[in-house]
Amino acid sequence: MTSLFKRTGLAALVALTTVGLASSGAKAEDSIKIGSFLAVTGGASFLGDPEKKTLEMYVEKLNAEGGVLGRKLELIVYDSGGSPKKAVPFAKRLINDDKVDIILAGSTTGATMAVIPIVEKAGIPFISFGGAGVIINPVKKWVFKTPHTDTLAVQKIFTDMKSRSISKIGLLSGSGGFDKSCRKQVQTLAPGAGMTLVADETHGKGDTDMTAQITKIKNATGVQAMLYCGFGGATSIVAKNFKQLGAKIPHYQTHGSASKSFIKNADGGAEGVRLPAAALVVVDSLPASHPQKKVATAYKKMYESKTGGEISSFGGHAYDGLMIAVEAIIRAGSTDKAAVRAEIEKTNNFIGVDGIFTMSPTDHLGLDEASFVMVEVTNGDWKMLK
Amino acid sequence: MFAELLQFLFSGITVGAIYALVGLGFAIIYNASNVINFAQGEFVMLGGMGTVFFIGLGLPMPLAIVLAVALTVCVGFGLEKIAVEPARNAPIVTLIIITIGASIFLRGAAQLVWDRNFHSLESFSGSDPIMIGGASILPQSLWILGSTVVIVIALHLFFGRTMAGKAMIATSHNPLAARLMGINTSMVLLMSFGLSALLGASAGILIAPISLTYTGVGIMLGLKGFCAAVLGGLGKPMGAIAGGLIVGISEAMTAGYISSAYKDAVAFVIILGVLFLMPRGLFGVRGTERV
Repeated sequence: MTSLFKRTGLAALVALTTVGLASSGAKAEDSIKIGSFLAVTGGASFLGDPEKKTLEMYVEKLNAEGGVLGRKLELIVYDSGGSPKKAVPFAKRLINDDKVDIILAGSTTGATMAVIPIVEKAGIPFISFGGAGVIINPVKKWVFKTPHTDTLAVQKIFTDMKSRSISKIGLLSGSGGFDKSCRKQVQTLAPGAGMTLVADETHGKGDTDMTAQITKIKNATGVQAMLYCGFGGATSIVAKNFKQLGAKIPHYQTHGSASKSFIKNADGGAEGVRLPAAALVVVDSLPASHPQKKVATAYKKMYESKTGGEISSFGGHAYDGLMIAVEAIIRAGSTDKAAVRAEIEKTNNFIGVDGIFTMSPTDHLGLDEASFVMVEVTNGDWKMLK
Repeated sequence: MFAELLQFLFSGITVGAIYALVGLGFAIIYNASNVINFAQGEFVMLGGMGTVFFIGLGLPMPLAIVLAVALTVCVGFGLEKIAVEPARNAPIVTLIIITIGASIFLRGAAQLVWDRNFHSLESFSGSDPIMIGGASILPQSLWILGSTVVIVIALHLFFGRTMAGKAMIATSHNPLAARLMGINTSMVLLMSFGLSALLGASAGILIAPISLTYTGVGIMLGLKGFCAAVLGGLGKPMGAIAGGLIVGISEAMTAGYISSAYKDAVAFVIILGVLFLMPRGLFGVRGTERV
């Protein structure tokens, strides 16, 4: 409890000093300014908090190593509380008052979408940490993102299902933004992948029991597997209910369940569940030959030693965003906005914690299905599937 | 076919019993003060989270449960003493708004002291489902049903056989007359908050092994409990129990037979319907007021 207080206190102090430094304007002109607004508090703080910590610790590390292009990095973070309404003025302030060189921000899809018109108009490179595919699809000139999209996750799941000759699935999804977007992807991608939805059930926010829905899915004619689109605590409840009902069909969930707490809270119900996960989440189970093993292990060590908390894939999005930006600035040899933007777009084979990024003028994410590893819960831990 | 129905029924009764316990809490405070205590859901949260916290300290589960209930009851007393009693003469609406404020405060404080993560609580007696007629039920569901029955009987005896219980009933019927008869009505109010906290905490602890617990768990459970209380006729303890079961079972049946998308809507539709046809709830009696 005390350590929690200390940490929050410390974080607040750091935030205050950064903001203070920024507004004093006394900082040397030659620092490279990185602007950010994140959901540090509020309902989406589980996203913004690790993102902020990651940006801070790596900016500090880069500065200790001599900065970028011989210049120090200066990080300016505002707390948007996850609200698109608050994100807009912060984005304007970053561009007009703080005169930042690049924006690495936007914990949520909503906050990201709200500021896109502003950054497009101002012409400033913007790497978002928002999840949904709509951020980069259609492509916007100045906007990039690092997190996987749910489209990739669903494709990965369908590929695995096909390898087990599964073609009839029962879908269960929650009512959150992530859940709904995932459900839509499943509905859209299923016909093309040769999948038939034989059941399509939903549950409400804060529901405590999904046995009725799962019973329906279990008893649907021809059903060969169940897929659950959801996030947070509900993932564990679904797994528990599934086990309680003694359902025998294969059980799939999405990357929304890729955290150790899913397994722990499911009380044995997670056993046998398959899901696509970012390499970072299952880093300890990765073989040494995996290309991301080194990067992901280093990030995990750094994050856990500095914060004392457990890693989440969300902080990883910020790590990838920062590193892609820094490499682009180095390649551009300056902080000229158009040059940096062009270099970000040329990101090629960048090994990050989320995957291996290769961007192009038509792809501002640069990840493919291979950025996920398919895992199965075995003996209370992730086991990588070939 | 029958197995399916039975499965939905098990699911509905389990959840319904929890709604009933929460609803009972609403009813007891309403009886003593005509206040609808919207912090009732936070009692549920405190029970579950408190138990997780005390177990985290290394205490055995039974002790952790007792401490968590005690903690919640203390918070209930505190709520009455610090927030409600000083505003005793304010209009009822003001008091209700105070309880809404208190619930936001309690939730925020819990997030600060604990965290925002989901926590699980071990089932009281294993998690291997029991098969009955082709449907499965968790041992924890039996705990919930059993505990609810015990609590209801205990409450019945408390209100019917003890002086303190009778004093509470007297106060609910006519506070002024009760005071004239020597009943300490402010003590009754304090007790009602403590008792409601006790019920809420019990519900929160009983459901935690099934549904997990987190600082926001009280919002939806509180709302459904409120529905149960209104459905049964506010202030009628037996009505709250019936209301809880009706809401829980109709939710499960809707999810099973109609569409899970309408599940949450159904509870509210039932309430609208009942209130429209029977404004005093299923078990409410027509009020007569002497002028």
